[in-house]
Amino acid sequence: MIIDHPLLGPRDAAEFTYMGDAKLIDRPDPDADTAAQDFHDYAYLRDNPAGWHQELWFHEAGDRSWLVVTRNTLTHEISKVELARDVARSRGRNK
Amino acid sequence: MHDLKPVTALGQSAPVAETIGTITIAENDTLALASVAARMGHEEACHAILKKLIGAVPGPGKAQLHDPQAGFWTGPDQWMVSAPRETHELLADTLTPMFGQTATITEQSGAWVCFDVTGAAMSDLCERLCAVPIRKMDAGGALRTMIHQMGCFVIRCKADDHIRILGPRASANSLHHALTTAAHSIA
Repeated sequence: MIIDHPLLGPRDAAEFTYMGDAKLIDRPDPDADTAAQDFHDYAYLRDNPAGWHQELWFHEAGDRSWLVVTRNTLTHEISKVELARDVARSRGRNK
Repeated sequence: MHDLKPVTALGQSAPVAETIGTITIAENDTLALASVAARMGHEEACHAILKKLIGAVPGPGKAQLHDPQAGFWTGPDQWMVSAPRETHELLADTLTPMFGQTATITEQSGAWVCFDVTGAAMSDLCERLCAVPIRKMDAGGALRTMIHQMGCFVIRCKADDHIRILGPRASANSLHHALTTAAHSIA
């Protein structure tokens, strides 16, 4: 599998480490009334889709950037690779 | 008073240089290093200062080979700046006021070991050790890669047969072993 790094170009997937569902970017608000339930769901519940999935990959053997990779779990086709930083900011995170 | 003797990364009193076949592997003990990480919202101001300092803002996979300070890209909005240790021993301390609030500067001189690898078979050695496309790289290419499980920066210098490898100083002997073993295998 080849991951097309947005800055460094196509790289072998062996250079990366899979870091889980990209939903981990959406950390719940710890001050919300439902925080306990929200964090339970955030920590333990994952979808397991057969099809397109957004996931986090860490470029460990490269520039150590975190990426959001949109991958089809049935075919391993990758349709989109973005810097996780840009995804988080586009979702309103300020860091 | 303490009577302390400085040692190089390989633990010797002088840098080790070794020629194996056509390849020379020389420990470079003359670098002062500091990392520059642009702070959010100050990226453009940081770029301007970096450009003034080393002549350019190296993009992904690039180094700026420049005297006295040089620099290479280490990640998004992050660079490593190097200078001769003899004249810039307190590099991080001099960069901090220059960049002010625009970037975070961290002293790196004590964290890295530097090897200069030169010789006709340099590309062969590089291919045995890491996944850097050495034959496609131009002077001023700089990539982070893994050499024997150690995260290292590989910088293609001005001469066609010269690469500079920066690796973790605490694993200096392991990296030196990796380099010399690969050199012996092709000598």
